[in-house]
Amino acid sequence: MIEQLLFYTFAILTCGGAVAVVATQNVVRMAFWLVVSLGSVAALFFLLHADFLGAAQLLIYVGGTVVLLVFGVMLTASGPYTTIKTSPAEGIIGAAVGIMLLLVLLSSIGGVDWVSVSGRLPSTPQSPFTADSVREAHAEESLVNSGSTKAKTDLAAVQQQGRTVRQLGLSFLGLRPDRNLKEGGANGLAPAYFLPFEIVSVHLLVVLIGAAYLARAKRRAVSEDRVSLD
Amino acid sequence: MGEVGLNAYLTVGAVLFVCGVVCMATKRNGIGVLMGVELVLNGANVNFVAFSRFTSLGLDGQTIALFVIVLAAAEAAVALAIALNFYNNHLTIDVDRGNELQG
Repeated sequence: MIEQLLFYTFAILTCGGAVAVVATQNVVRMAFWLVVSLGSVAALFFLLHADFLGAAQLLIYVGGTVVLLVFGVMLTASGPYTTIKTSPAEGIIGAAVGIMLLLVLLSSIGGVDWVSVSGRLPSTPQSPFTADSVREAHAEESLVNSGSTKAKTDLAAVQQQGRTVRQLGLSFLGLRPDRNLKEGGANGLAPAYFLPFEIVSVHLLVVLIGAAYLARAKRRAVSEDRVSLD
Repeated sequence: MGEVGLNAYLTVGAVLFVCGVVCMATKRNGIGVLMGVELVLNGANVNFVAFSRFTSLGLDGQTIALFVIVLAAAEAAVALAIALNFYNNHLTIDVDRGNELQG
C-alpha cells in the first residue's frame, strides 16, 4: 500500500517535471524542473529495488550533469537571450505530434501481454529476483499456517532484493554470480560486462580530454584577440 | 489502486521519452535541447530497470542502465563544450543561428 502510494507520487512528479521542462521557456526553470524529474526517477529506481542505480542516478545526474547544465546556462545567458521563445505555432505542432507519439507508445504497451512474453525468456534459476520470488512462493504454499516464518522469509527476500552492489561490481569484473554457470553462454559462462566496462572507462578519459580541449581553445583565442586589440 | 506492475513503469518511461523528444524538437535554446536528450535517456533507463525487475533477465538491465548514465554524463560534457564554443562564435545559444554549414 505504501509502495503504491510512493510509486504514484513519484510517477506524477516525474511526468509533471518532464512536462514542465517542455512547457517552460525560461532556461533556469527548465533546469529546476529537470532536477525534480531526475530525482523522482532516482526514487523510482529505489522502488524497483535498484539501490545502487538510484544512488548513482542521484550522484551523477542530479549532482553532476544538471550542475554542468546549470553552469552552461549561466555561461551562455546574456541579457535578452535568456529566454528564446519558440513561436506558438511550433509549440502547438510539437504538442500534437508528441501526444500522438505518446498514444502510439501507450497503445503498444497496453497491447502486449508482458507476462506471456517474459515467460518465453530463458530462465535464470539463480537470478536473485526470480530465486527470491520462487522461494517466496514456496514459502507461501508450504507455510500458510505459520505466519512468523513467512514474515521472516519475506524480510529476507526484501533485504536480498535491494542488495545489488556486489553483483553489479562482480559483473563489471566479468563474473556473474547471480546466474547459473552451467546454463550460461556457449562456454559455460554467463555473459558479463568486463569489455564494455573497459571501453566505457577509455571513453570517459577521451571525453574528459576532448571536453577540456574544446572548452579551452576558443577562450585562449579570444583573450589573444583582446591582447592584440589592446 | 491496483498493484504496481510493469505497465505503470513503462508508461512513465514513455511519458519521459515523449517529453524529451518534444523538448529536443521545439526548444530553440541549445541547453534546452541537451535537457531533452537527458529526458530521453532517463526514459530508456526506467524501461531497462523495470524489465530487469519484472522479468527473469536478472541484473542485465541495471548494468546497461549504469552504462547509459555514464554515457549521458560524457555526452553532456562534450555537448556543453561545443555549446560554449558556439556561444563564443555567435554570442547567442539559439540553434536556429547555427546554419553556417548549409553551403
